[in-house]
Amino acid sequence: MTLLAAKNISIGFPSRHGMFVAVKDVSFDVQPGEILGVVGESGAGKSTVGNAIISLLEPPGEIISGEVHFKGQRIDNLPSEEKRKMRGRKIGMIFQDPQTSLDPLKTIGQQLVETIDLHLRLGRKGSGQRAIELLEKVGIPEPELRMKHYPHQFSGGMRQRVVIALAICGEPELIIADEPTTALDVSVQKQILDLMRKLCIETNVGMILVTHDMGVIAEITDRVAVMYNSKLMEIGVTKQILGNPQHEYTKSLISAIPRPDKRIERFPLVSYIEEVIEVDQVFDIKDHWLGQSRDFSMHVADDGTILQVKDLCMRFQISNSLLKSKRRYLDAVKDVNFSIKEGETFGIVGESGSGKSTIARMVTGLYTPYSGSVHFLDKEISAISHTPEVLAYRRQMQMVFQDPFSSLNSRMRVMDIVAEPIMFHNLAQNRAETEQIVLDLLKLVGMSDDAYAKYPHQFSGGQRQRISIARALATRPRFLICDEPTSALDVSVQAQILNLLKDLQSELNLTMMFISHDLPVIRQMCDRVAVMQHGKMLELADSEQLFENPQHSYSQHLLSLMPKLDMLPGRSFS
Amino acid sequence: MVDFKNQNSKLSQFFAGDLWYNFCHSPVAVVSFSISVLCLLLALFAQLIAPFDIFDLVAIDLMDADLPPPWAGEDGDSRFIMGTDDQGRDIWSGILYGAQISIFVGFTSVIISAIIGIALGLLAGYKGGRIDSFIMRVADIQLSFPAILIALLIDGVMRGLLPREMHDELAIYVLIFAISISGWVQYARTIRGSVMVEKHKEYVQAGQVIGLPSRIIAIRHILPNVLNPIFVIGTIHLASAIITEATLSFLGVGMSPTTPSLGTLIRIGNEYLLSGEWWITLFPGAALVILVLSVNIFGDWLRDALNPKLR
Repeated sequence: MTLLAAKNISIGFPSRHGMFVAVKDVSFDVQPGEILGVVGESGAGKSTVGNAIISLLEPPGEIISGEVHFKGQRIDNLPSEEKRKMRGRKIGMIFQDPQTSLDPLKTIGQQLVETIDLHLRLGRKGSGQRAIELLEKVGIPEPELRMKHYPHQFSGGMRQRVVIALAICGEPELIIADEPTTALDVSVQKQILDLMRKLCIETNVGMILVTHDMGVIAEITDRVAVMYNSKLMEIGVTKQILGNPQHEYTKSLISAIPRPDKRIERFPLVSYIEEVIEVDQVFDIKDHWLGQSRDFSMHVADDGTILQVKDLCMRFQISNSLLKSKRRYLDAVKDVNFSIKEGETFGIVGESGSGKSTIARMVTGLYTPYSGSVHFLDKEISAISHTPEVLAYRRQMQMVFQDPFSSLNSRMRVMDIVAEPIMFHNLAQNRAETEQIVLDLLKLVGMSDDAYAKYPHQFSGGQRQRISIARALATRPRFLICDEPTSALDVSVQAQILNLLKDLQSELNLTMMFISHDLPVIRQMCDRVAVMQHGKMLELADSEQLFENPQHSYSQHLLSLMPKLDMLPGRSFS
Repeated sequence: MVDFKNQNSKLSQFFAGDLWYNFCHSPVAVVSFSISVLCLLLALFAQLIAPFDIFDLVAIDLMDADLPPPWAGEDGDSRFIMGTDDQGRDIWSGILYGAQISIFVGFTSVIISAIIGIALGLLAGYKGGRIDSFIMRVADIQLSFPAILIALLIDGVMRGLLPREMHDELAIYVLIFAISISGWVQYARTIRGSVMVEKHKEYVQAGQVIGLPSRIIAIRHILPNVLNPIFVIGTIHLASAIITEATLSFLGVGMSPTTPSLGTLIRIGNEYLLSGEWWITLFPGAALVILVLSVNIFGDWLRDALNPKLR
């Protein structure tokens, strides 16, 4: 018997500019024990579908047409009191961020007992017993002891397990999971997905899994629904959809996923995404301002080393005390050594908290290292700060940041943002030349002409990241540090940005340091890769060698966690 | 999602924006804003509107003293719509001139407070460390005294320092100084908080990587991003500055009876209240209430409209 059936639902948000329709005419069903994936990029309406089913739409959002049936009974027109009773008891919910979905002022035990008692009426003692069983079921060791702990005493993965325990404690028949693993590291993600799969099989619960991540979809879903621009593009068995996509959008989406198994030159061109002007050599780089005077009498060492990092350490003070012996420190980066040769792309990969961004910030001078040295071109630059001489070196090194929404000053026009480094370093003769350079730079990164007079909020994430890259190029750097440049972007936009970075690198002969937690992206971008964990560099090897034959046990572990996307077209036999 | 037709003009953007829309759909906001503006205009053009010039000693006739409003007592004079005070001055004219002084003092001290507060808040938030601790401890100390007490203190010290014959002339500047010094703390605290959030954002780091000095980053990049709440605080502070001015004048340490502000007028009338001459104090009091209340309500609305999280 069908557990849940959504029939032609449309969801609208009335506003003063008229009805904004977030979901148009979407139909699907879920069977008991089945995991249905809903995949799509940001703004596709996938989360809205999930929220609408259990009536948690942000007001004034509402289902404007269509019906939702739960076990044959229509539920979208029930009075709100009835709907409330369904939540938790019949339909459970798992949210994205385990940090915020638990009450920080109550122990895990209190939260579980309260919820169990509400739904199952087992009394205090019975509920407590049940809570311990549940915690055991979701894989939390020593459940009796952990019952007394507060959410902040759990790690991210453990907390998400508790959230899952809360979701299943009313013994629901359907669970809606909204990006349940997005905030977690790969190794934890894998465990959580396994747990969810196991629960569905054991208890015959149906699940709707909303995510943007094709890896997650491939890993555990039985069927998948692909959404784009508020509409359902395609729905079917996961293997078929991923292996043999019918719809154009699904095809281009799948082709944009970085391949973990093989390095390719460029990502295939993806249609169906935001407008970007295609540039084929707008100007001759050698004659242009961008190609000129990029050395300033600074030389690369004879063996081609552009950056040399020796015994680099960084520690943050975590608790202060008057007594030196009582102060406690966190070693964010410990004894890191590496060197980067001119023209190569050097990757640093690691999970969150491994110290990879800290290295980038020490190299650029945002942080002063605790000890160790950073040698750039022919100068030691870590110890000294803002002298004019060092500024000339710093100018040779620029950075592209992770979050395109906070890396651009929202009060400045794009023109002024990109022009600022040029004006500050007096790199152009006059205002007119600066403006011409800015226009060329914007064209180079694929932005249209009218972009320069606009403000950052008028652009999408991918376009903002392009502007951010244009600003980084405006000092004519030789060395570009990219700190997770695409982790905030959708996968199709990511493919475009990565292509752009590759093109720029070959055109401008840039050296790049590329930091990411995403192994397939690293494989596509980097020549050599360093693997980091807890502030230490565990392995440094050529990219191909690392992916084919990892030496360190942690590298092997990380690689084993990469989502297997072998069901994708043309991948199983490569 | 929202497509504006004229994106270039800032003014048309404002009229298309949410703030203007909310304003038009909130009767409270429209009414309080209209009354505030009406008060401002009446005060600003007091010289043109007021039937009498209260500073012109020749025009004042002591025979007209203590006349009740013509609609309330038999011996009222139709020239004096709200009656006259003990020296024969027209109350209505007095209110207009008094409001002018009150509003002038209010506006100037808000602007001075804001400038001091923004500068110190930016410095404390961006530099951090000892400078931050020092500025914020001073702010804490000042906050532990009521604003009116600090204003009284400054007023008293200034009066002690200045020669006696200059008191009346300089009273208005002493008032402005006293009120603005007592008001900078909230600006500094708000700005400091926002700066501490903003300075960890990536656009600030991008500026540092480019090599910009902290002075430029703080003023050109961070400052424009933290100014929004200032308009709200400023509006609400304007109301409280006017009240502080009135309180000081009422206590007799503010404006002198020859150049009366609203507070002075209320004080003058207060002495005659028990002898039955209620109009001398009632009308300036009502004017003060209307002015402060409308500014305050508008400020509250503005705060809610700019910060949807509070709703």
